[in-house]
Amino acid sequence: MRHDISRRAVLQGTGALILSFALTRRAFALTETGVGDTSVHRLPGDLDSTPMLDAWIRIDPDDSATIFTGKAELGQGIKTALLQVAAEELKLPLTRLTLVTADTGRTPNEGYTAASHSVQDSGTAIRNAAAQVREILIGEASRRTGAGADELVARDGVVTGPGGLRLSYGELVSPQLLHVEAQPTSNLTDPKDFTVMDKPVPRVDIPAKLTGVASYVQDMRVPGMLHGRVVRPPSYGARLVSIDATSVEGMTGVVKVVKDGSFLGVIAEKEWTAIQAMRQLAALAKWNETAELPDESRLAEALMALPTQDTVILDVGKPDAAQYDVDASFSRPYLAHGSIGPSCAVARMDSDTLTVWTHTQGVFPLRNALAELFAMPRENVRCIQVEGAGCYGQNGADDVGADVAMLARALPGRTVRVQWMREQEHAWEPFGPGMVVHLQTALGADGMISTWRQEVWSQSHMMRPGPPGTLLAAREKADPFPPPPPVDLPMPEGGGDRNAIPLYVLPNARAVNHFLPEMLLRGSSMRSLGGYLNVFAIESTMDDLARLSKQDPVAFRLRHLADERAKAVIITAAERFGWDGRPKLPAGGGYGFGFARYKNLEAWCAVALEISIDQDTGRTIVERATAAVDTGQVVNPDGVRNQIEGGIVQATSWTLFEGVRFDRRRITSIDWAAYPILRFAHVPRAIDVHIVDRPGLPFLGAGEAAQGPTGAAIANAVRDATGQRLHALPLDAAKIRPQNLLAGRPRAGT
Amino acid sequence: MTHLIVNGELRTVSSDPDTPLLYVLRDELELNGAKFGCGLGQCGACTVLIDGQPVFSCLTPLLLLEGREVRTLEGLGTLENPGPVQAAFIAEQAAQCGYCIAGMIMRTQALLERSPNPDDDEIRGALEPQLCRCGTHMRIIRAVKHAARSLSAAAEATK
Repeated sequence: MRHDISRRAVLQGTGALILSFALTRRAFALTETGVGDTSVHRLPGDLDSTPMLDAWIRIDPDDSATIFTGKAELGQGIKTALLQVAAEELKLPLTRLTLVTADTGRTPNEGYTAASHSVQDSGTAIRNAAAQVREILIGEASRRTGAGADELVARDGVVTGPGGLRLSYGELVSPQLLHVEAQPTSNLTDPKDFTVMDKPVPRVDIPAKLTGVASYVQDMRVPGMLHGRVVRPPSYGARLVSIDATSVEGMTGVVKVVKDGSFLGVIAEKEWTAIQAMRQLAALAKWNETAELPDESRLAEALMALPTQDTVILDVGKPDAAQYDVDASFSRPYLAHGSIGPSCAVARMDSDTLTVWTHTQGVFPLRNALAELFAMPRENVRCIQVEGAGCYGQNGADDVGADVAMLARALPGRTVRVQWMREQEHAWEPFGPGMVVHLQTALGADGMISTWRQEVWSQSHMMRPGPPGTLLAAREKADPFPPPPPVDLPMPEGGGDRNAIPLYVLPNARAVNHFLPEMLLRGSSMRSLGGYLNVFAIESTMDDLARLSKQDPVAFRLRHLADERAKAVIITAAERFGWDGRPKLPAGGGYGFGFARYKNLEAWCAVALEISIDQDTGRTIVERATAAVDTGQVVNPDGVRNQIEGGIVQATSWTLFEGVRFDRRRITSIDWAAYPILRFAHVPRAIDVHIVDRPGLPFLGAGEAAQGPTGAAIANAVRDATGQRLHALPLDAAKIRPQNLLAGRPRAGT
Repeated sequence: MTHLIVNGELRTVSSDPDTPLLYVLRDELELNGAKFGCGLGQCGACTVLIDGQPVFSCLTPLLLLEGREVRTLEGLGTLENPGPVQAAFIAEQAAQCGYCIAGMIMRTQALLERSPNPDDDEIRGALEPQLCRCGTHMRIIRAVKHAARSLSAAAEATK
């Protein structure tokens, strides 16, 4: 199919180039992690792309070990989980392990830390590599002593055997011993013998963070470091017409003003000077603004009016009905990642090499983008991941990496730090895309779903680097890079259509993904991608169908499921919540249930909750939420709980409060007042997480499992409390306020 | 030059008097605890105590602080010997990314100095100015209660 990209969308993307192109869904097929699409060596996890054992594990003569992962700590606790896996299989105490995270100079290339894949990809690789290293060390002890390998035991970094045989790992290791390719299978530790895995090991990074030890890229401080700030245009695609920066260049403490096309930045001795200089530059700059944004109040219509590329992702039976019992469009606004710490990076240019310290989710793709942006060989650019504030997807991390590199290249030999301002993060981060899902469903006489039709409208959820044109600075430069072709992440993981195929048994069903190559606002990956709205729509509809056929919503779901692990989490959540026999609530109270298996491939999660709606203000509070989750083999149960609790709270915020605001030209929700998120007064009163234990089964990501089920459960509880179904997110107080929704009460459940 | 008592020590700082305290702490005194979050007093990541009261250091210019007492996260304890509130947050694993937590801890310290046994509503009310995006709130509330218990037990023991 061929589609012309409209001038408006292209202006927002680049400010310049008008292009049309032909693309198919497969042409830019890509996984969300950027690697692992096809197996090369048939090895477990990311051993497949990096098969040498010593790329993952180094044993030192002092009996310590260093573990290398290409994944990044994003606050999800991955450092601790990966160390647990390594310690368990190496048979080394945690205290003797060091972990090196994503660094293009040192670690395996594991693409992006995304899609809840880190334990699955890197954890599986490290677990297998560690088990194989342990066996190699045992083999070496056997070779040296003549003892049979089956007589030898590895424990606490020592191989012991008959006759007092005792050799430490440090004694056994030699430079080339681990420089071997991994084998397809490993002698993995039986879950019943775990001493470190499946234990609530405290996070290794928390004590330092809570006592003020430098822990974040924002905390980096090197002698002679300078502070930079950038001036972003007032709207998408605006071009810098003129600026007289003389007065700023003359400010005490200003080192340099950097201008390249519409890219404008300043470097100063002190951070506060850089901020004042940035403000002065912003006041002096004259811009030509061309952006045309849609009518915010008619976003769903604007999305559905865009040209589409259609893919039928599900087609079984004869999904047609004379009339539909539920026929509704669900929508979400654009959502901000809303990191509490604005994005930050540090860079230094030395002769022909560039080093960038960054909290990107993908050091290798960012390295490639920067190399191309500056026409440098890739080996001359090094990106080192240092933690930032939680990102929940692609925030400004990559963009600020390019910004600081632009400044550092203008001042070789000096280290420069740039942090975005709050309004820059809020206006320029690539938002979680606005979306529409249309559902048409019908029930048979037996109370089972006879027909299901689902359509999804969404732009790309994957506009990360590689291509330099993904980076703001690259588009603003005098010789700009074009925006990259939008990536439609293919099934089975999907992008906008993630979770658009219900897990329920449906004899007649059809689902269509309407991919939108245009972008009304800048967007990219945000936690759970399209899964949040698809699950919101599916689970709202399941609830309505249950009501229509006078069936209990939990029983109705169970009737439509064949997947035993799905049933187990639903039953667990319902039982622990006390779903059956739940007491009748006073006015404003409601119960809701939601369920999904994330991506239909990762963790299963069910959420039951109770809400109360303030009868005067329309404000919703989650009184209590109970979740059940199945993530396969658990590495750290407290880590899983922390992720699910956090997912429930964050999704509560998305569902009740959030939406990016804009006028016809500019993003207007540029601070926490204009983009409110949940504060303590509206935090759920209680959250209870139950893990369905699955020892020995493959790892499944947990980080995004709770988002969809939570949003849906809240919507269903609002329906229960008010008698009315809300289809457009957010379900904020204005929509529910007495003169609106609550005015409809009392109204018998249909 | 401005004179401050920072975490019990007299410090003389040379930053311009209009510089917000946050940048003096981070850039001149090289203290990492207070974080830049918004610069607008909306998120609380920069919260420190001035004469025992929680304030947004991103909004507080140095010129208001001559001779006053500033307490930051570093003043409550160290990695080796965390203070009671820090220890409670560690025990409850009350962090995900952790960026907001320094502010949470400072706000908690101020709360517990004023009200040693706060109930749920009082805790929520006190923490209302502080934003967390990871959704660690449930653990933060547990950590505040945990800290209250530790501090009460310690106070009891010294009676």
